[in-house]
Amino acid sequence: MTAIDAGRERDITAHPPGLDARRFKDRSFIIWGVLATVIGLGTLLTLVLELMHDAHLWPFAPWGQSVLSPRFFLSFPSSDPAEAGILSAWVGSILVIVTTAVISIPIGILAGVYLEEYAPKNPVTSAIEIAVNNLAGVPSILFGLMALGIFVQVLGNAGRYPDFLPEGFRNASADLFGQSILTAGITLGLLILPVIIVATREAVRGVPQEIRHAALAVGATKWQTTQHHVLPYALPGVVTGVIIGISRALGETAPLIMIGGLTFVAFLPITRPGDATFETIGVLDEYGAPLNSAATERVRIESDGIVVLPDFTERPVQAGQVLDLPHGTTIQTTASWGDAIASWSPSNWLGQEFTVMPIQMFNWTSRPQAEFLELAAAAGIVLLAITLLMNGAAIYLRYRLRKSIKW
Amino acid sequence: MTLQVLRNAGPAAAVAAALALGVSSAWAQSNAPFTIQIDGSSTVFPISEAIAEGFQQQAQGRIRVAVGESGSSAGLRRFCRGEIHIADSSRPIRASEMAACAAAGIQYVEIPVAFDGVTVVVHPSNPLSSLTVAQLRQIWQPGSRVNNFSDVGGPNLQMQLFGPGSASGTFEYFTEAVNGTARASRTDYTPSEDDNVLVQGVANNPGGMAYFGLAYYEENRDRLKAIAIDNGGGPVLPSRQTVENGTYAPLSRPIFIYVNSAELRRPQVQQFVQYYINNAAAVSARVGYIPLPASAYQTYLQRAQRRTAGTAFGGRAAIGASIEEVVQRRLVQTPVSE
Amino acid sequence: MERDFTKSRLRVGERIMEGLLFVAAALAVAIVLGIVYVVVSESAKFFAHVSVFEFLTSTTWTPLFDNPQYGIAPLLSGTFMATLVALAVAVPLGLLVAIYLSEFAGARTREMIKPTLELLAAVPTVVYGYFALLFVTPLLQQWLRPLGIELPSFNLLSAGMVMGLMIIPYIASLSEDAMRAVPRSMREGSFAMGATRLETAFRVVVPAAISGVVGAVILGMSRAIGETMIVVVAGGQMPQMVTSPTQQGATVTAFMAQVALGDLPYGTLEYNSIFAAGLALLVLTLGFNFIAFWLQRRFREAY
Repeated sequence: MTAIDAGRERDITAHPPGLDARRFKDRSFIIWGVLATVIGLGTLLTLVLELMHDAHLWPFAPWGQSVLSPRFFLSFPSSDPAEAGILSAWVGSILVIVTTAVISIPIGILAGVYLEEYAPKNPVTSAIEIAVNNLAGVPSILFGLMALGIFVQVLGNAGRYPDFLPEGFRNASADLFGQSILTAGITLGLLILPVIIVATREAVRGVPQEIRHAALAVGATKWQTTQHHVLPYALPGVVTGVIIGISRALGETAPLIMIGGLTFVAFLPITRPGDATFETIGVLDEYGAPLNSAATERVRIESDGIVVLPDFTERPVQAGQVLDLPHGTTIQTTASWGDAIASWSPSNWLGQEFTVMPIQMFNWTSRPQAEFLELAAAAGIVLLAITLLMNGAAIYLRYRLRKSIKW
Repeated sequence: MTLQVLRNAGPAAAVAAALALGVSSAWAQSNAPFTIQIDGSSTVFPISEAIAEGFQQQAQGRIRVAVGESGSSAGLRRFCRGEIHIADSSRPIRASEMAACAAAGIQYVEIPVAFDGVTVVVHPSNPLSSLTVAQLRQIWQPGSRVNNFSDVGGPNLQMQLFGPGSASGTFEYFTEAVNGTARASRTDYTPSEDDNVLVQGVANNPGGMAYFGLAYYEENRDRLKAIAIDNGGGPVLPSRQTVENGTYAPLSRPIFIYVNSAELRRPQVQQFVQYYINNAAAVSARVGYIPLPASAYQTYLQRAQRRTAGTAFGGRAAIGASIEEVVQRRLVQTPVSE
Repeated sequence: MERDFTKSRLRVGERIMEGLLFVAAALAVAIVLGIVYVVVSESAKFFAHVSVFEFLTSTTWTPLFDNPQYGIAPLLSGTFMATLVALAVAVPLGLLVAIYLSEFAGARTREMIKPTLELLAAVPTVVYGYFALLFVTPLLQQWLRPLGIELPSFNLLSAGMVMGLMIIPYIASLSEDAMRAVPRSMREGSFAMGATRLETAFRVVVPAAISGVVGAVILGMSRAIGETMIVVVAGGQMPQMVTSPTQQGATVTAFMAQVALGDLPYGTLEYNSIFAAGLALLVLTLGFNFIAFWLQRRFREAY
């Protein structure tokens, strides 16, 4: 066989025809690949920059000119864009997310543990696995639809409960469900359940069998093994999944729109210290009006504030005063820390109307005035920052997990 | 190590939390503020929203107000089911709704709060400046095939129509005033209960056209162009003067709130409604509507205080009604036949 | 303290725990059944008044007007148009990224880019809607005007493009997983024959991973079909048979959201119409999900 001579261009084994073209295509493909990646990543960057620009954030405007100021976080939404803020929105988001977490985390972890550790290979288990996989792919708006059909229209309506239940229970339950924080929390909790289940399964799957065998070998029961040996090692993976799930719940809008339309919510479901609280004195009828409007009651004023007389005029009063006030007078005082903490009790805020940050941003985006669009951009930045931070934390956690496995 | 601590502290913490929860729930229940529920017309919404804001500031959180904008029909439907205390409406209560309220045992105090001139708008670049009522009907009647401004004396430009959806009182009023029958309309336009969507639609579309309450035009003058309407006496643009003296016809109309008269017994609701009436003039003018004469507000204030129930329209539309005449009318609780 | 592990009390505790765990897992089934039950039962009330034939064939959807028409074809056409645009953006870009990451990029680049790309999927969709309405639409209007195309302010092109950007991570990540699962021996065989990386990628790796890739695309498509907020904010709400993405149109999801933004009187035909729309959506997405999962399992089995 003739030796290959690279100098002789006619030898096709050394210089196959079209090799240069093919090499060129090969190398230039990298450009296309990088370009595609840059477009993807660039979208994220453009998004952030555009929001910052619209919200007049530095460096697009002089420092301090943006609506994104501390006042923005402490003001209620308002018809006057200069006064508007996201107070009710982020407080509402927190309350809803707490409910979501309380519902989805325990159930998700337990379900994931069951599927990985306990479930036998029978049709029931297959059914459950199919259900979990499908839940992950169901559009979020359908969760809202289900919640609408069950929680809002049936459970939220005292008239649709069966008659044998006592009326007090029916009313209390209807108040609790309906278009409330509880319903919102349940809806989102069911939405992110598959995320937590899958994350738990993968985390539990990653714990080596030797650990389980060692525990069983010293006489631990299955649950003791799971509780004391498997779960602690699986915890970081589970936490990653939980963070991703919560972050997703924070940004969901469609299901919450289905269960509670846009309303103007300018109050908080909880009380802050320093908020005004009130009490109406005297014997009142079902409407809150005094039964005997001529009667008076001797009242000792506890703290500085005002009283509102039945004809709606206000009178300032001071602590220590003892006054004869007509029935139906409302005594107004300021909330103490004790009152505030009491208002954080779930029975107080679970049944209340809700608004969350994505809905507030959606509301402002729908308004044509430039000032409201600026507010929408500011709300978007807050939302995006929280979401990206949480996902970044989850990614970092996952990365650390892979690198620092102790066994 | 942390796990050990948690394991030991866990049960104790759980018990403590449960106790705290139980105690605080009892405490919290007794001091819950009352929330006034308002829903309905998106036309009236800017007034109700501004009033609710001012009132809540004054009440310092003692009374809460939640305002929705699902549309007049939706609002009145909820009202006659007893779900809300006050219904915003840009049209008088209909006969079927009167029946629903009567069946539910709900009586209402009808309070006109301002005058509105339904404004037809196009994009500022559109040279069209006026339309007759007949031309409006050509465009908006059921089955209309008018899709180009050239068909109505305008430039050769494809129309992009936007308008209120079928739950809107503006929709009912406009269709009755222009097409002759309430709710009779072409259906191939972008419907939305949210008037801001309509504003955005027209403002961003050279061929856009829409109709909605005057306040939304006033708020967005730099983005929109109002069309003068010719009802036989020459083209008239909507403004405070032309609505007050009735020359902007037939699209001038009163807008209302309906208050549950039983709920008016509640001091909170009574106080809010009184505040509403006392501030309606200033707020409606600020928002872009036309206030009623002061004497009219006085009459309605008395009616609210006395909880005088009934409607002055007998279930029919408020086309061509002047406020002086409406104030004088007898109130009825059952529909008046044609 | 000595514990007697043979006591039956421990067994009982175990049983209870196992039962609790089973209930938690079975909840997933309950939820799926709940969704299906609610959607189907409310839709049944709808179909008691509207014939399935009209629902599937009529080309007008005006359930909220006085002479209501109940053809879902306009909503489906809106959904498919938006999805088509989304796939037109996401499939080329996603596949390019996947091939680049799996065949060309080094391990460190891959470790950095993959998670960052997944952030695209984590952005709240209402933020994407804002982006589509206020950045993409004006930009497109500017670019298309010299070509004689007047883009309306609400259109399915912007909404579809932003949706496509959102689902790039789905297609890229899952395709890349599928490609990486192709055994090295196949690649090395191709290199030994003198093929370049590009030729190996397109003629060996992708065909071998094709079921996984197609599965990824279908999952991305299913995500786009179920997307709501982007189209509600930027796509318009006028149900019409869309023939071009430069029109505005309503998708199935946008209709459901639009009705929910108003009042929903229980028991009326309008109320039930959103469940009928939801049923169509459920059938579509579950159907596509099944196909996608089946395809992905097939590629896993081959190796």
